[in-house]
Amino acid sequence: MKVKMLSRNPDNYVRETKLDLQRVPRNYDPTLHPFEVPREYIRALNATKLERVFAKPFLASLDGHRDGVNCLAKHPKSLATVLSGACDGEVKIWNLTNRKCIRTIQAHEGFVRGICTRFCGTSFFTVGDDKTVKQWKMDGPSYGEVEEPLHTILGKTVYTGIDHHWKDPAFATCGQQVDIWDEQRTNPICSMTWGFDSINSVKFNPIETFILGSCASDRNIVLYDMRQATPLKKVILDMRTNTICWNPMEAFIFTAANEDYNLYTFDMRALDTPVKVHMDHVSAVLDVDYCPTGKEFVSASFDKSIRIFPVNKSRSREVYHTKRMQHVICVRWTADSKYIMCGSDEMNIRLWKANASEKLGVLASRERAAQDYNQKLKEKFQHHPQIKRIARHRHLPKSIYSQIQEQRIMREARRRKELNRRKHSKPGSVPVVEERKKHVVAVVK
Amino acid sequence: MQAAEMNAMRAAEGLLALSQQEELVDLQDYPLSASEDEGDSDGERKHQKLLESIGSLDGKKRWKLAERSEASLKVSEFNVSSEGSGEKLLLSDLLEPAKTSSSLAAVKKQLSRVKSKKAVELPLNKQEVERINREVAFNKTSQTLSKWDPIVLKNRQAEQLVFPLEKEPASFVPIEHVFGSWKARTPLEQEIFNILYKNKQPVTDPLLTPMEKASLKAMSLEEAKMRRAELQRARALQSYYEAKARREKKIKSKKYHKIVKKGKVKKALKEFEQLQKVNPAAALEELEKIEKARMMERMSLKHQNSGKWAKSKAIMAKYDLEARQAMQEQLAKNKELTQKLQVVSESEEEEKGTEEEELLVPDAVNEIQMCTDGPNPWMLRNCNSDAKGEIQKDPEQPPEPMVQEVSESEEEEKPGGEEEVLLQEFEERRSLRKSSELSKNAEPVGSQKTKDSSSQEVLSELKALTQKLNQKNCQSKKQNVNLVKTVLQGQREECAPEEEEPLLLQRPERVQTLEDLEDLDHEEYSQIRELSRPVLEGERTERTTDNQTDASKGKKKEQMIDLQNLLTTKSPSVKSLAVPTAIEELEDEEEKHQKQIIKEAFAGDDVIRDFLKEKKEAVKASKPKDVDLTLPGWGEWGGIGLKPSAKKRRRFLIKAPEGPPRKDKNLPNVIISEKRNIQAAAHQVQVLPYPFTHHQQFERTVQTPIGSTWNTQRAFQKLTTPKVVTKPGHIIKPIKAEDVGYCSSSRSDLSVTLSNPKRPTGHHKKQLKKNSID
Repeated sequence: MKVKMLSRNPDNYVRETKLDLQRVPRNYDPTLHPFEVPREYIRALNATKLERVFAKPFLASLDGHRDGVNCLAKHPKSLATVLSGACDGEVKIWNLTNRKCIRTIQAHEGFVRGICTRFCGTSFFTVGDDKTVKQWKMDGPSYGEVEEPLHTILGKTVYTGIDHHWKDPAFATCGQQVDIWDEQRTNPICSMTWGFDSINSVKFNPIETFILGSCASDRNIVLYDMRQATPLKKVILDMRTNTICWNPMEAFIFTAANEDYNLYTFDMRALDTPVKVHMDHVSAVLDVDYCPTGKEFVSASFDKSIRIFPVNKSRSREVYHTKRMQHVICVRWTADSKYIMCGSDEMNIRLWKANASEKLGVLASRERAAQDYNQKLKEKFQHHPQIKRIARHRHLPKSIYSQIQEQRIMREARRRKELNRRKHSKPGSVPVVEERKKHVVAVVK
Repeated sequence: MQAAEMNAMRAAEGLLALSQQEELVDLQDYPLSASEDEGDSDGERKHQKLLESIGSLDGKKRWKLAERSEASLKVSEFNVSSEGSGEKLLLSDLLEPAKTSSSLAAVKKQLSRVKSKKAVELPLNKQEVERINREVAFNKTSQTLSKWDPIVLKNRQAEQLVFPLEKEPASFVPIEHVFGSWKARTPLEQEIFNILYKNKQPVTDPLLTPMEKASLKAMSLEEAKMRRAELQRARALQSYYEAKARREKKIKSKKYHKIVKKGKVKKALKEFEQLQKVNPAAALEELEKIEKARMMERMSLKHQNSGKWAKSKAIMAKYDLEARQAMQEQLAKNKELTQKLQVVSESEEEEKGTEEEELLVPDAVNEIQMCTDGPNPWMLRNCNSDAKGEIQKDPEQPPEPMVQEVSESEEEEKPGGEEEVLLQEFEERRSLRKSSELSKNAEPVGSQKTKDSSSQEVLSELKALTQKLNQKNCQSKKQNVNLVKTVLQGQREECAPEEEEPLLLQRPERVQTLEDLEDLDHEEYSQIRELSRPVLEGERTERTTDNQTDASKGKKKEQMIDLQNLLTTKSPSVKSLAVPTAIEELEDEEEKHQKQIIKEAFAGDDVIRDFLKEKKEAVKASKPKDVDLTLPGWGEWGGIGLKPSAKKRRRFLIKAPEGPPRKDKNLPNVIISEKRNIQAAAHQVQVLPYPFTHHQQFERTVQTPIGSTWNTQRAFQKLTTPKVVTKPGHIIKPIKAEDVGYCSSSRSDLSVTLSNPKRPTGHHKKQLKKNSID
């Protein structure tokens, strides 16, 4: 006699280890689980509150510099290594895991204006106020050797910035003009100028590596093509741009940190209107750096705070500040997108978490699932007033807080005045101008 | 200015089309430059004057002007007066005199060739050129950049992005490569290296020392070949053997396996016998082995009918002969394995009976112990079975001769496998009944009684239950009657004592009802009694078939209607009065007629009434509703068409609290909606958030739950996937053309820059030099 039997796969009910929870078959009949919206709302509220409770972004402060930190650079191959240059010409290499300085070099006399690493991570370049470009080995001098640069190039003018090409042994410096150097030669292989003012910073595009962007003190941003050895286009803004940063995932997008407290994200093919104006700072923005995922960027400001902006939002999602942090001069986002470093006037480099409430370290799968769920809940209910209120709340230093108030009043007054003018003049004579278009003075071909 | 711009534009066009150079303008027509364009006759004159004045400043160098022989406004520097000022000298003018003379043919040809040639344009000024260059370069660059558009769009819209984008190939660099350039420098390092080199430790190739290498080399080729062949053979043999074993294992026939097993056993026996003859010591060892196996068997629960298979067989044994046999076989095997072998070694066939007895002796001993001491699972079963069999077959027999009986009963029952199956079924009950059995053993005579006692108990329980039920019934009736009793005190006194008797159950009921009926029939004067009657009515209608009751009921009903009539009949009469009076007031016919017309015209829309109705509805809708928590059938007997009693309904009706008065209470023509809940509004979204285009869309997203409470695990995971996933400790590099399937240019940017022909380096260098000199 053949007996047919129901057979069940033991995988469906046997747990892998005894520490696992028993798998319980569930009935998903919605009538058995009522009040889904209120329950999820409460969960979202709790998740938001917990996020605020656990928001402790400050990790460490690296101290050792004897003057303000003027520039920072990431190591392209090692996450734990950071380089920093100070205003007294000292360059330090730090180990982030130990939070200790590995190596100190007296690189220049006067400021270290710029620092950049070679794409392979074996050496790095510095420029200083002493009109020199120096190349250094990343590893320290071995036993019995004297600390000295691999190469030194003496220039005629002061170099204010440097950036290395992403693939080739070439680098670009800026000062009076933008020079592109072959690593092997002592003369620039090409130099490009447009206008006469000094150039603050130069940056290579990380994706289409032959494109460069620079910003000069005559309020303009100039784009160059290295292959054709020619400038491409120039956009003039209301005020001076301090630095720019290219999006590492979108070849034609870059963000400019401006003196007028704003950041402008441009599509380089259409410079007449910025894609987005990011406004939240209350003082000049000094530095900007993209998250390696290209979804966010961090900006350092003279108002003693750093802010994190989503690329497609005009308002910041996060602001970091401490009582002791002075004007933040440089900021970098680490290559694993988890941390932010900022160097400030009071000689310290600070290490922050990119997500203030994120748990560091390895997560269990169940923990991760819960975290993802909470994140989705927060997203889902983010527009609800009670949740929004909690999620948006940040403590700010009094100076920033009062300045925000003041600027709000000013903006409101300006808006009111414009409205009144429009009201009392011939219709159409006072047109409505977009915020994005207000700040661009001209585009020069 | 405009002219200049135009010019520049044209020049730009010219430059762009420089390579083609198809269209050329005649020298005559085309103005060469802006300055020349302006050069009218007037300007030229001034220019002349200026030249003259300059010339007069230092007269030494200048030659003397020729004497003027004809009247002319203009005198050229080169002694030729140009007649017709402003006119240009044309090539045709020069050719005219040459036409006549034939000797000048070669010159003519040359000249005509010159005529056909086109003039080269003037170069543009530097700014213009640079600007054009920039524009061209920008267009080119934007074109190369726009290949990224689809990728950027895809990444922006992606549900999930996992970083780093490219898969890192795991590459292990051999340690020699890493330390290739490294040399020992410090004294400590040098010391360590010296030691290592002295011992010839492998530094660069860490696998083999020189010694090992030498030994490797020592083995000859033939030897290696032989060894290899040997190994191959062994492997092949093994594989054959394995294949055979697998094939045999796959055979499903039970018979085959039985035969194989038997063969094995026989073989083993033969070997054993041989061993006994040849080598008694080895045989002894073998024996010991068997003994050990027996011990193991006794210790384990194998073949004890406690396994999964055995249990399933036990269930089937009732119906299936084969299963029964299989079980028996297994038990037999158990017994066989647990047997002491000394017995076996002696002659087996001589004394069956004694052997059996011998076999059973230890069991019996165990049994007795079991009964007294505690549970040994498989021994107990046997004991139990014996006891039970005894009970079933001859319950009257005293348990004192049990020990002898056991063997008998076992012998009897062995063939019938049924018994054993049953035994297992009763195993659970055994423990419960054990005590009673013990007691049974103690008092041999009363065994039958105790056996019956259980059934008696059940009976007694049933009785008790029925008694209780009866009592309850009686009590409820009593209560009912008590109600009536309070009203009619005097007449009910006879039945009351009867009802109070608890033991006689059925009689008092009947008596009570009958007497009730009689009472009710006889006395119909009090209304109070009629009020109390409906309570008892149900019972009465069921139980009585008396005709007399019908009459009384009829009377009762009449009285009830009388009371109600007062209320119900009134209203229609009033209405009938009111309507005619209203009509009578409007007697005037014309007016009436007109009104009629208007009424007919606006028959459909009675606005005021509609509004009032609407308002009434709105008020009704806004009123908080009562909550009815009655559950039909709860605490009552069930059935179809069940209705909870009014009392119960009242008991479980939660009245909604009266809300604040409506704002439009005193405004007859207004409806003020009070739907908005201020408390809730603080938690609600006021404005439609950005990406949504319709409020329903937003509501839907909020209403679909994403938690695992409402979704399956898979759906939950899908719903909660994060948008961006990054691996901790991994460097995320900028996106590359190769990552997304584009091929990047093979030449590096640097080489392109170096080979660029229009590299302005030299020019700039000159400029720089100039600057430095200045």
